[in-house]
Amino acid sequence: MEKHSISVWFFIGALLAIYGVLILGSGIHELLVPLDHTVAMSQLHIGIWWGSGMLLFGAVYIVRFRPKRKNP
Amino acid sequence: MTAACFLQAPDSRLSLSPIDLVIIVLYFALVLGLGVYLRRFTTTAEEFFMAGREMTMWVAGLSFISANLGSLEMMGYAAATYQYGILVAHAYWIGAIPAILFLALVMLPFYYICKTHSVPGYLKLRFGEGARSLSAISFAVMTILMSGINMYSMAIIMKVILGWNIHFSIWVSSLTVAIYVMAGGLLSAIFNEVLQFFLIWIGCLVVPVVGLIETGGWNGMVHRIQTNFPGQDFMHMWSTTGTFSGNPMGAHWTGILFGWGLAISFGYWTTDFLVVQRVMAAKDLRSAQLGTIIGAFFKMIVPLIVIVPGLLALAVLPYHLVPESQGGLPNAHTFNEALPLMLARYCGPGLLGLGVTALVAGFMSGMAGNVTAFTTVWTYDIYRPLIWKEASDAHYVSMGRWCSLLGVFVSIGTAYLVMNFSSIIVYAQVIFVFFIVPMFGTVILGMLWKRTTPAAGFWGLLAGILTSFALWLWVKFDPVALNYVAFSGYAKDMSENMYRAMWSLIANVLVTVVVSLVTKPKPDHELKGLVYGMTDLPLESAFPIFQRPITWAAAVALAFIALNILFW
Repeated sequence: MEKHSISVWFFIGALLAIYGVLILGSGIHELLVPLDHTVAMSQLHIGIWWGSGMLLFGAVYIVRFRPKRKNP
Repeated sequence: MTAACFLQAPDSRLSLSPIDLVIIVLYFALVLGLGVYLRRFTTTAEEFFMAGREMTMWVAGLSFISANLGSLEMMGYAAATYQYGILVAHAYWIGAIPAILFLALVMLPFYYICKTHSVPGYLKLRFGEGARSLSAISFAVMTILMSGINMYSMAIIMKVILGWNIHFSIWVSSLTVAIYVMAGGLLSAIFNEVLQFFLIWIGCLVVPVVGLIETGGWNGMVHRIQTNFPGQDFMHMWSTTGTFSGNPMGAHWTGILFGWGLAISFGYWTTDFLVVQRVMAAKDLRSAQLGTIIGAFFKMIVPLIVIVPGLLALAVLPYHLVPESQGGLPNAHTFNEALPLMLARYCGPGLLGLGVTALVAGFMSGMAGNVTAFTTVWTYDIYRPLIWKEASDAHYVSMGRWCSLLGVFVSIGTAYLVMNFSSIIVYAQVIFVFFIVPMFGTVILGMLWKRTTPAAGFWGLLAGILTSFALWLWVKFDPVALNYVAFSGYAKDMSENMYRAMWSLIANVLVTVVVSLVTKPKPDHELKGLVYGMTDLPLESAFPIFQRPITWAAAVALAFIALNILFW
């Protein structure tokens, strides 16, 4: 996999980070503006925890597996 | 919760918010982009069909397990758990782990050293063209049939759960798979499967985490199940299998151990090219073996996202789910809706989109597995030997690309065929037992017993297929035959399949042994690299103990034993 200039792990990190931002944002919005129709255990605000975790995980993968600039 | 909630089930159709739709659309965009990006790396046949044989152990291992983690399986086993309880976890433990470890330690060295492109390719080297053609054609037919059945089931689920148009679901999901597999071949499929692995886990893990918090942990969940279903035992894996009538599955431990744990499991995990192809693409033998063991580890913990949601549904849903046959009743929800209902219960905006993406990703990884395996077997084991032997490398790559597209279209055709004959879905596992189980006997005898002859390889395989088919027909036309085939009239579909698989394997082995004893074996020099005792296997002692496959296989085996004791 290393011969490909962009690692599969980088793609995974990028997608998870983007998803993390979206889910975290949605969780914060839900906290500030409660929904009419809530899900079970909504008091846990699982979206905020899950989104933060995904963002952190994705960020680590992005940094760790970012494409390296080739030497001239 | 009000009393009304206990009496009437809510609408299970999930309503997606704009943020959920953004998450789903982003996923489709990324998998298509990956396919286009990877096209430049797949110009030779070796790159297109075998991903250049350069996968690391983690990539090979996660792809190996992801190809098996289809959405149909996830929802199907969550539904089965609601019906039969934790007994269904046998599919992930006794029905998988011993076979995967056996593949890693015993069989992979032969597949890898002989440098074959496929399992039928190994049969060609070991037994000749007859066994190869029989296995390749039956595998190709099975793969396309299974792919279509999976596709139709997925579309039905999307229709029921999301309200999506059935044709829209079939065409959009399948064409996405077609584009990325056609562009990047196995490399693209593997790349996407690793991505899908993460999405499936992260998307589905919400349910057990929040669900166990809601029930106050494992003991709280068990207590609620016992309260909701008094007198029924959903929480034991072996202790209720002493009699056929002692458990809701109608299964006896002999069927679970020999039918499921030996015949079906070893047939699938060691000879179904759909999964074996992933680890054959590893960069070296040790990576292939360790990747397979990584796969075994993750397979062992899949019950967390499949079985636990089924158990949670038993514990927390304020109404009882019903069989498919009663699905038309007002306010009734079927067993198959167990997992989606749990997603709807715990996932708000954003997380719901992630959960649905996980199900779509599961479908795509399963379908890409079918299509890439079909493409390789068609090109290497049917087209090249039987139709056009001497074409150029570029021609076979081109054939592979078009075959991917063709495979998807034939699968779509099969899906529409299934729509008209919906009972075919019931036969999905039956088809598998027909074609894959007998292959294990043929391959393993060929690998471990050098006396096995080419004629025995062909006739043993044919005998296994015909036995399975004949027994199925017998029970179909005379239900009393279940008392002989599965030893009990209590045996349900799953239990019957276990015993039929066992008979099929026995017939396969008996015929292979008898024919071998009366026909001429291959000379020793033709068996080098193919048979135990005639092959120079690499020594593990050259590596430190923590880098040896046997060490990690032992760790997985110990965890497997501990889990079975824990849930005995």
